[in-house]
Amino acid sequence: MKKRVGLEVSYAAAEAVKRCNVDVIAAYPITPQTHIVERLSEFVANGELDAAFVPVESEHSAMSLCIGSQAVGARSFTCTSSQGLALMSEIVYITASLRLPLVMMLVNRSLSGPLSIWNDHSDVMAVRDCGWIQLFVRNGQEVFDHAFISYKIAEDHGVLLPVMINFDGFILSHMFEPMELVEPAVIERYLPPYNPKYVLHPDQPLTMGAFAMPAVFTEAKKAQDEALRQSYPHILRAWQDWGDLTGRYYDPVEGFWTEDAETIFVALGSFGETAGEAVKALRERGEQVGLLNLRLWRPFPFEAFARVVEGVRNLIVLDRAVSYGGPGGPVAGEIRSALYNLENRPQVYSFVSGLGGRDVTVQDYMAMFTGAISGEAPRDGIFGVRG
Amino acid sequence: MNDAGLYAVKSLPKKEYLAPGHRSCPGCGEVLAVRLVHKALGRNTITASATGCMEIVSSPFPLTSWEIPWIHVAFENAAAVAGGIEAALKVLQRKGKIAPKEINVVAMAGDGGTADIGLQALSGALERGHDFLYVCYDNEAYMNTGVQRSSATPFGAHTTTSPAGTAVPGQITWKKNMPEIVAAHKIPYVATATPSYPLDLINKIEKGAAAEGPAYVHILSVCPTGWGIGSAETIKIGRLAVQTGFFPLYEVEDGAYKITVDCAELLPLERYLQPQGRFRHLSEELIAQLRRRVFEQWAELKRRAALSASAAR
Ligand SMILES: Cc1ncc(C[n+]2csc(CCOP(=O)(O)OP(=O)(O)O)c2C)c(N)n1
Ligand code: SF4
Ligand SMILES: [Mg+2]
Repeated sequence: MKKRVGLEVSYAAAEAVKRCNVDVIAAYPITPQTHIVERLSEFVANGELDAAFVPVESEHSAMSLCIGSQAVGARSFTCTSSQGLALMSEIVYITASLRLPLVMMLVNRSLSGPLSIWNDHSDVMAVRDCGWIQLFVRNGQEVFDHAFISYKIAEDHGVLLPVMINFDGFILSHMFEPMELVEPAVIERYLPPYNPKYVLHPDQPLTMGAFAMPAVFTEAKKAQDEALRQSYPHILRAWQDWGDLTGRYYDPVEGFWTEDAETIFVALGSFGETAGEAVKALRERGEQVGLLNLRLWRPFPFEAFARVVEGVRNLIVLDRAVSYGGPGGPVAGEIRSALYNLENRPQVYSFVSGLGGRDVTVQDYMAMFTGAISGEAPRDGIFGVRG
Repeated sequence: MNDAGLYAVKSLPKKEYLAPGHRSCPGCGEVLAVRLVHKALGRNTITASATGCMEIVSSPFPLTSWEIPWIHVAFENAAAVAGGIEAALKVLQRKGKIAPKEINVVAMAGDGGTADIGLQALSGALERGHDFLYVCYDNEAYMNTGVQRSSATPFGAHTTTSPAGTAVPGQITWKKNMPEIVAAHKIPYVATATPSYPLDLINKIEKGAAAEGPAYVHILSVCPTGWGIGSAETIKIGRLAVQTGFFPLYEVEDGAYKITVDCAELLPLERYLQPQGRFRHLSEELIAQLRRRVFEQWAELKRRAALSASAAR
């Protein structure tokens, strides 16, 4: 057994970023991301990390500044939540189209209004199509590990795309969890120093961010879409290498008790942890139920996902954001369309739950299950609304 | 300009960093300013540009006019992008990841990208003390999107969103004083310039680039298209802006004011206003209001310059 230490997940995140030896950090505080920025600024202030910590005046400038620093070849980092992401979102799209391998931690929090500092996924779902690689991790160890994995993926010359690590605000970010803090010597073997492909430098002048006339715009978008799709094998490779080094292997989709399941819960992020408890209890009752954690949201792992769910009768998709007036929650809507061409496609139930920090208990998951298999639950709806 | 000045202009480096073939309108004062600025800066420069005329005329993919490293990201964030470039160059050199080299980090934006939508990013970058030069190319409106008013549009001017109508006589607010707003950040170097005085402009860009810390140069950039003048009038109109006191040329170096192109006596304001289509509708009364404001600002500038001069003695 490797040595494990107890740490608040936000501090573990900061520790990991430090061990990535980043050059530039630009961030603006917002609950629940604050502990990460605070700790990083301490590392720099104490000389534990040789980096520029730039306390920008807004998230819009945080993302913009990171574009500038990445463009000259500095490994850069930012993190935010909710309103911060919404404010910077204009620039978030541009980071991807400039193919800059930035890594951002998004500590998920609901989007105003009403204002709520608590957790759900309405922030990230608003930028679904920003062109970043988007991961959802579900415990402290995964947060820590994915700092290294994300830079490894992003900076791969076969990828060169920004990576967003999503993890749940408070219910994960502020938890105290035991984890293995991988030693710098080991990390050195995994994550080489950043070797940028294109940089702004007077020795080799180049133009970044030229505008596109209609004659080239479609081609630019096609190239961007291809780049994101083609990142998939590189992501698998980065996970494989990390597993070989640490013994912790990660997958784009992760199934528990899915082999013989008739009903499968689909979860993103830390909800998988409690849903897993519910699945365990239901199994003990003899129900054929399983759980699928979707760790990779973009590029969407179509084949790996279909392999697990093909032939299953019901999917209960746990959505953490509302698509107002739309076809179910954003994840459920997407999964429905991803499965549409399968011969044996499951029924998809969209349970929007856990909004703005509302707790979703083991009993709640069990009620969703009963509702779905009895056919009593509506196909789409917000679960647990108080009367 | 005196003869020495003319000679000096001819002695400027021939090398252009904004290649010919860009798509600006004929007689564009803004692109002329961009050329002069980059001549002054030389090849060891990285420029971050805001969205606007200069970005659009110079970078239609897959073409580029830029012979220096250049990046465009969005409209309101040139200062933040430049801040990132500056912070990164510093840390990469410190960590030995790139070879030490003196590189000018420059942000460029129009008056809209500076005085309106980009003001926050600019203020943040100045306050944090990034060692960079910010150049505002002020053509007094949003030209790229079709001559809409900005907060730098002068009082009385007609634009497409401050139209001269029967009830409202064009822009009814006073031009935001960006150099003063910047100077309030107490940065080492602030100046105004215009390509009609090329040596003064180049001198100021060189000083700004050499300053330790943030520097800001605000360049009045005559826009024949938006101002309603002939494309051959650009230089003359720029000179009249200075000689009538409408746009004084001065610098603020470590807090000390200095008028760099002094006028013993200001020329009548009408000589500047009258040739321009955007001011054609102005009544005597509105011109009088403008004149009063110009005199006040000129007197205030003189006062500050005199104070600074006596403090230096
Ligand atoms: C966030 C955002 N709002 C609006 C625009 C549209 N827009 C592009 S350039 C521009 C005006 C530019 O004016 P200025 O900064 O004065 O530069 P100029 O074109 O006059 O040189 C506007 C409104 C945009 N690109 N982005
Ligand atoms: S609109 Fe004005 S500033 Fe823009 S390119 Fe034409 S002349 Fe130059
Ligand atoms: Mg303008």
